[in-house]
Amino acid sequence: MENNISSAEDLKTIRKIMEDSTKFLSLSGLSGIFMGLFAIAGAMIAIFLIPGNWMILFNESLKTSTNNGTSAVALKLILDALVVLVLSVISAFYFSFRKARRSGKAFWTPVSKRLLLNLFIPLIAGGTFALILIIQRHGELIIPVFLIFYGLGLINAGKFTYSEIFYLGILEIFTGLVAALFPDLGLLFWIIGFGILHIVYGVMMYRKYEA
Amino acid sequence: MKDLISGLNKVFDSRIRLGIMSILMVNDSYDFNSLKESLNITDGNLASHLKALEDRGLIEVKKQFIGRKPNTSYNITTEGIQLFREHLNALEKLIRTH
Repeated sequence: MENNISSAEDLKTIRKIMEDSTKFLSLSGLSGIFMGLFAIAGAMIAIFLIPGNWMILFNESLKTSTNNGTSAVALKLILDALVVLVLSVISAFYFSFRKARRSGKAFWTPVSKRLLLNLFIPLIAGGTFALILIIQRHGELIIPVFLIFYGLGLINAGKFTYSEIFYLGILEIFTGLVAALFPDLGLLFWIIGFGILHIVYGVMMYRKYEA
Repeated sequence: MKDLISGLNKVFDSRIRLGIMSILMVNDSYDFNSLKESLNITDGNLASHLKALEDRGLIEVKKQFIGRKPNTSYNITTEGIQLFREHLNALEKLIRTH
């Protein structure tokens, strides 16, 4: 019956429109992979920047106001982290934009704006908190704070995109909490949380939704 | 047969109206331009369907200024939610019985 076919199609369209208007599905696994690679490259540069054994000197190097010249290292490390951040944001936007264009969807929609707002509120809170930690000379907690607040941001954003982001958020928070227990190994947890988790997540998402 | 299609509402006959209602069912409010982009139709076409739904009391219009730019957004009314639900149920029933 023809009427029947069109009702089925109507329902399918309705479901798709409802999903498209509440979930931003143009996030690409590729950006996860690239963010992970940038994070690992950034960590390698940090290890290179720290004079001597990074496992012992990483926290020492984050102190901005000592009189033996480590403050220059701290500034370089902060710059290093900022470059990683900027490259990560660019790749997230670039690959999402590309995926949206390829699937003929709009990129700048009410749901993508809501996604960004929900992601960035915890991120900005975390970034500001990290800045305060530097001023208060608790540099050893910066990486745990980054990981925990980033995880909270992902969980918040998960309502507006693929639900897998939620689980990545949980893992980031867990990594951050463990990192807080081992403050000397901050860089190692940076590599795990921002590097390895992102790459594994990116590969999984790419294979599931894009390959 | 009469019972089967009794929930189907004439006002939702058009695909565009179905689209508008679907979006407003799951979003608190949605602005004109975003509706236009989501449904991929012209200003005039969208405006006339919105007007029809508004006249039936199924959606509400909110006009405001964001900075200097006028912004028109829409939200679904309680009656709209109810009628659209009935319509969806009727569509589902229709499929299941064949």
